[in-house]
Amino acid sequence: MSILVGRSTRLVVQGITGREGEFHARAMLEYGTPLVAGVTPGKGGQRAVDGRVPVFDTVAEAVEATGANTSCIFVPAAGAPDAILEAVAAGIGTIFCITEGIPALDMIPVVAAVEAAGARLVGPNCPGATSPGEAKVGIIPGAIHRPGRVGVVSRSGTLTYEAVQAMTDAGIGQSTCVGIGGDPIVGSSFVDVLRLFAADPETGAIVLIGEIGGSAEEEAAAWAADHLADRPKVAFVAGRTAPEGRRMGHAGAIISGGRGTAASKVAALEAAGFLVASSPSEIPALLRSAGVRD
Amino acid sequence: MKIQEADAKSLLAAQGLPVPPWQVARDPSAARAAAERFFAAGAERVVVKAQVLVGGRGKAGGVRLAATPDEAEAVARAILALTIKGIPVRKVLVSPAADIVAEYYLAALVDRSARRILVMGSAEGGVEIEEVAARNPAAIVRIHADPYLGLLDWQARRIAFALGLGAHLREAVAIAKGLVATMRANDADLVEVNPLALVREVGPEGIPTERLVCLDAKVTLDDSALPRHPELEAMRDLDEEDPVDLEARRHDISYIRLDGTIGCMVNGAGLAMTTMDLVKRAGGEPANFLDIGGGARADRVAAAMRLILADPNVRAILVNIFGGITRGDEVARGLLEARAAQARTVPMVVRIVGTNADEARRILEAADVETATSLDEAAAKAVAAAARVGPMAAAEPSEANR
Repeated sequence: MSILVGRSTRLVVQGITGREGEFHARAMLEYGTPLVAGVTPGKGGQRAVDGRVPVFDTVAEAVEATGANTSCIFVPAAGAPDAILEAVAAGIGTIFCITEGIPALDMIPVVAAVEAAGARLVGPNCPGATSPGEAKVGIIPGAIHRPGRVGVVSRSGTLTYEAVQAMTDAGIGQSTCVGIGGDPIVGSSFVDVLRLFAADPETGAIVLIGEIGGSAEEEAAAWAADHLADRPKVAFVAGRTAPEGRRMGHAGAIISGGRGTAASKVAALEAAGFLVASSPSEIPALLRSAGVRD
Repeated sequence: MKIQEADAKSLLAAQGLPVPPWQVARDPSAARAAAERFFAAGAERVVVKAQVLVGGRGKAGGVRLAATPDEAEAVARAILALTIKGIPVRKVLVSPAADIVAEYYLAALVDRSARRILVMGSAEGGVEIEEVAARNPAAIVRIHADPYLGLLDWQARRIAFALGLGAHLREAVAIAKGLVATMRANDADLVEVNPLALVREVGPEGIPTERLVCLDAKVTLDDSALPRHPELEAMRDLDEEDPVDLEARRHDISYIRLDGTIGCMVNGAGLAMTTMDLVKRAGGEPANFLDIGGGARADRVAAAMRLILADPNVRAILVNIFGGITRGDEVARGLLEARAAQARTVPMVVRIVGTNADEARRILEAADVETATSLDEAAAKAVAAAARVGPMAAAEPSEANR
């Protein structure tokens, strides 16, 4: 088993005829993801990715024709909030928004609408999720994975790849790797994803990769202390050397008023029973020391 | 993006919020002229405030009162000579001084955990809200605005009553709603009025009245939304901006200059922070945060190289590219070309992971560039390379950590 994406995923890619959309759609297909449809308004009836994927004008038509239940959005920032709402209206249950640069205030009504409809949004500005050997949705390189029992959740992109590659190299596989995105307003928090991992019997251990800014890591630590006490937990927090008051690339990565520091997050995670690595390369050894075998 | 108080006040005024009149002056005589106008209009005193994008102006002597035009000029001269947290004061705001009866705190901001706009108010104005939160959290009222409709009237009334502003309900409601409206109209992350002041004024018949005014204003804008607000882009204070920041923005590179000697070029923000952390752990100091974004495109690699080498403190460059889908050999060639185009060379340690990483390594080693397999190894090699270059010459203090 796995969370968010897996064997029952039937994926529609919104923005499939764009450069990014088509490139990553091809990589998802090659990984074996059940990619059943693409959507680009005005290009309905065409086929994308060397003719392998039917393109529809609307998400509703794609759902009707293919039974799609998951969406991955590559639509540019100006249209991405609308693309999310279109997916919700078409009854898509799990939506990944890869798009970066969406203004925070645009996302507030969108996440409220997603929540009200009972759907789940991951991102925006996220790399997606992979359940190794089953499906990958988003832009995480497929080759870094190995099937296994460690659930990985992260706010970052390439840093996640770094950590996952280190695990795979050490022979430690993953149940699902989820990037929740680095924006201030995201659809799924660390806690939302940890809740799914907690309910997944095949996720035996957790790796959480955080960074400076906000309090999502502290909230995750508090939740994990109560609900994941029996599972090995390893964490890494990026930004120990980040100066206060400067946005470190991600819109959400900023220490302000002395809050959101790496030190505060590391302390909270350690208090909640996480082993905290001081380099991504230490994650496999910490997992081993906590009893993870493969 | 942070904007100056005067610009923040103009955004509040545009939403109909009560802001005292002000004028910005770049030299003491302009400050004097502004003060003379306010005295002529009946002000008893004026306040002269440093316009800098850092907090703690008051404590640094950057906010002072004056009772005469002479005094205003002298005070402005003193403030314009200040450097506050590394920022030289280049302009001051002059405004009639208010007769303050009581001070309050009111702000609207993006609450990430709740995924809503949060309005916070406190009857303890004029002090930092963090201080109030630490000392007396119950003194802060918090209301989340409706995600679709913004702050509703009843919500604004609750805030007003909680602040003890029942006698000024209509004004207080308009101000609370106005903060959220200012936020939404300009895509701000934060709109803070501290203090919101109840001031005593003498009416036309000589009868004293009390009303609420926004005595100070702090607004930060969402960088992601700036493309659709060209009028706000004009509020960017180029005086306080490092020219390299401008150059970085032009190439869509996230660059933040720091005080160390190891220049870092990385793809991805989280990995870029991690690279800095590992440089520090290996005994070095990072010279910058730099995220070249996805794809490691040749033009961005070249621009990143220029930005890093423009910093005279840099003694070695650490390149860390987790390719995944990027072709490592192309990145390697791009790096060598970018380096060849620079007048100054420093040792470079390159670590490339992903497609064609082995070929990338051969290309780099053939050009006598040091390579590394792991990030930890790359950090250690970069620190060693910088040490070989020798001790740092007395470098100019950077303003990066402001």
